[in-house]
Amino acid sequence: MRSFQKKLSEFDARGIRVVGISVDPPEINRRQSQKLGYTFPLLSDPKAEVIRRYDVLHPGAGPKGADIARPAEFLIDSSRIVRWVNLTENIAVRARPEQVLSVFNQITPAGQ
Amino acid sequence: MKRKWNWAIWVGFGGVVGGLFSYGFFAEYPITRDFPWANLSLFAIGGALLIFGVFRAFGRPQLYRGKIFGLILTAIALLLIAFFSYEIFYVLRQVPLSTHAPRIGERAPDLMLLDQNEQPVGLGDLLSGSRAVALIFYRGFW
Repeated sequence: MRSFQKKLSEFDARGIRVVGISVDPPEINRRQSQKLGYTFPLLSDPKAEVIRRYDVLHPGAGPKGADIARPAEFLIDSSRIVRWVNLTENIAVRARPEQVLSVFNQITPAGQ
Repeated sequence: MKRKWNWAIWVGFGGVVGGLFSYGFFAEYPITRDFPWANLSLFAIGGALLIFGVFRAFGRPQLYRGKIFGLILTAIALLLIAFFSYEIFYVLRQVPLSTHAPRIGERAPDLMLLDQNEQPVGLGDLLSGSRAVALIFYRGFW
């Protein structure tokens, strides 16, 4: 997500909100945001309710066998329609901000 | 005659150990994280030096040391490379299929969660005044 923070101005310029979701509680998210200089929100889903709703749960993959989210990225438009999904097959390989920006540029005609 | 220090064995072993422990560093950069080129290169260089060192220890034992510790370090290096390969090429790929994740064209499930300042945030809040939301699910910092 560091790479998204670096490109945040390009997301802002297009009117795209970047937001992270994990099972971490708000105090950890606050500490991490401060430490890493994140200016986009990190949402806390400790019971993995939203994570389950999006079917991106990774059961038992967290510390002490806790359920956590698997890496996954969604681009949702203003009508709440999913316009792009990235479900990696390798935990180490994540979506890059350039991918999301390029998808947005393609689905949004210029000048709108 | 005192036999020579077989540097290739030690440097090679150091290369393999470095290849393993530098993963945290190289994982910071997408180009060396998506595929562990840097770590595999260190393994290759370290492995080649180890083999070179062991061969000359056996080929010219009167000149070079390292017949025994060369083999021991080579065995340890192989175990380290095997461990790395297992973690990177098997464990990291054990990701759930997420077959019921919302697809392109489907309506995104609603959400209402606390942000880092303990303020509730919904999908509607994120979309108000913006044209899209990039939702990034991540494993967490714990």
